[in-house]
Amino acid sequence: PDRERDIFQRTGLLSETAIGNNRFTEMEQELGRDEPRPLYMDFQTGPLLWPYCFRNDPRVLDAMLPYQVNFYGNPHSRTHAYGWESESAMEKARKQVADLIGADPREIVFTSGATESNNMAVKGVVRFYGQKKRHVITTQTEHKCVLDSCRVLESEGFSVTYLPVQSNGLIDLELLDKSIRPDTSLVSIMTINNEIGVKQPIRDIGHLCRSRGVFFHTDGAQAVGKIPLNVTELNIDLMSISAHKIYGPKGVGALFVRRRPRVRLEPLQSGGGQERGLRSGTVPTPLAVGLGAACSIAQAEMVYDHQRVSALAQRLMHKITSQIPDVILNGDPDQRYPGCVNLSFAYVEGESLLMALKDVALSSGSACTSASLEPSYVLRAIGADEDLAHSSIRYFYYYCDYYPLWEMVQEGIDIKSIKWTQH
Amino acid sequence: MAASSRSQAISLYKMLLRESRKFPSYNYRTYALRRVRDAFRENRTVQDPQLVHSLLEEGHQNLQLIQRQVTVGQLYKAQKLIVE
Repeated sequence: PDRERDIFQRTGLLSETAIGNNRFTEMEQELGRDEPRPLYMDFQTGPLLWPYCFRNDPRVLDAMLPYQVNFYGNPHSRTHAYGWESESAMEKARKQVADLIGADPREIVFTSGATESNNMAVKGVVRFYGQKKRHVITTQTEHKCVLDSCRVLESEGFSVTYLPVQSNGLIDLELLDKSIRPDTSLVSIMTINNEIGVKQPIRDIGHLCRSRGVFFHTDGAQAVGKIPLNVTELNIDLMSISAHKIYGPKGVGALFVRRRPRVRLEPLQSGGGQERGLRSGTVPTPLAVGLGAACSIAQAEMVYDHQRVSALAQRLMHKITSQIPDVILNGDPDQRYPGCVNLSFAYVEGESLLMALKDVALSSGSACTSASLEPSYVLRAIGADEDLAHSSIRYFYYYCDYYPLWEMVQEGIDIKSIKWTQH
Repeated sequence: MAASSRSQAISLYKMLLRESRKFPSYNYRTYALRRVRDAFRENRTVQDPQLVHSLLEEGHQNLQLIQRQVTVGQLYKAQKLIVE
């Protein structure tokens, strides 16, 4: 079989293996043909080539396939049937996204993902109102794209306040109130943190910002579709949405931009004026349809999934904390999304623990920061000790059905932690 | 009428479970089985004929979806997971 694979590879036939044969991804070559594949529990990122996890809900794929196979028209072509049907699919997807967050379809702009949405929101709004308003507020635990956009704005002469978070990961509302200046244009605070799962008091923040006349942007990538969100109730002016966090395709997202009261922003991407002039470029119809389908499925299944995830998370927490000493849950235990569990194991180094748990694909820190060996900046912000920050592991799962896993994980962790404390 | 829609529901349930078992992917298979069971359990006491009819329609569409996705999954099979 290896010789066969060699031949396939050399003649370039590997990518066209016949129907029914296994496809050899990099991981399979590493593991060897017969070894079973590890479980993918890292649902908050998407590093692996071959997603075992539930990253592409079959219902979403089913909605997308017709637009990859037959209905491949450009939604901006006004003159023929292919264009019209693509356009109507795109508008239907827009409505599905809007319904999930309680917005108007005209307030949704399709982008290439939450990173682009965050960039658009932060840089666009601040630059537009930059004549009179020169101040931005954000937190220290935001996603890298928000922090980096703020850094760029600082280099353009704006002043940025990075609010610290308390040790439970939540921001202090009074501190936020004091930080808002007359020349503040934007407050950007994410709804649910992607590393520790903490849920910020969005309703209060929105109310505060509205009363002070400041725009409120929230990175809702981890929250949309998982907890009920209504942008009108919560006084949100801009919200970033990511498709692949809710089982949609990778490479598409959306930005909610409020129309009443109108939020103006300077577009990042110039061109033919698509998406209300805010984001030029052909909208990828199949991806947008996937995003729409993912949103409507998330809306229908929100309650059911929340119950399931809470049950699984409780089970994980209970089993781990009852059998292993010195385990710390990072982040507030109540104000959180149950599906994101970030645990620190004292005396155990995170990366080595991950490598020891070779049967489970997790992540230490978050995908964006896991390339470097620095402890996570989010954990540092909540005041975790340096050594604990090094040893944190994040479990995030959603539709997980891995019942036999917990017993295996127990054995794995037990063995490893015992070994390490003997050093 | 009630008897026939009940028997329709039961046969739809069996067909859905039978199709769901064919998913090659562990995740999709277990999710589909669980979701189908829970959905039918939840709607067990529905009486309104219109609602019953629309739920059955939805069930049939989901059945077709599962059939299509099972086929796609079989075309692009991967190795088994460690839990299997």
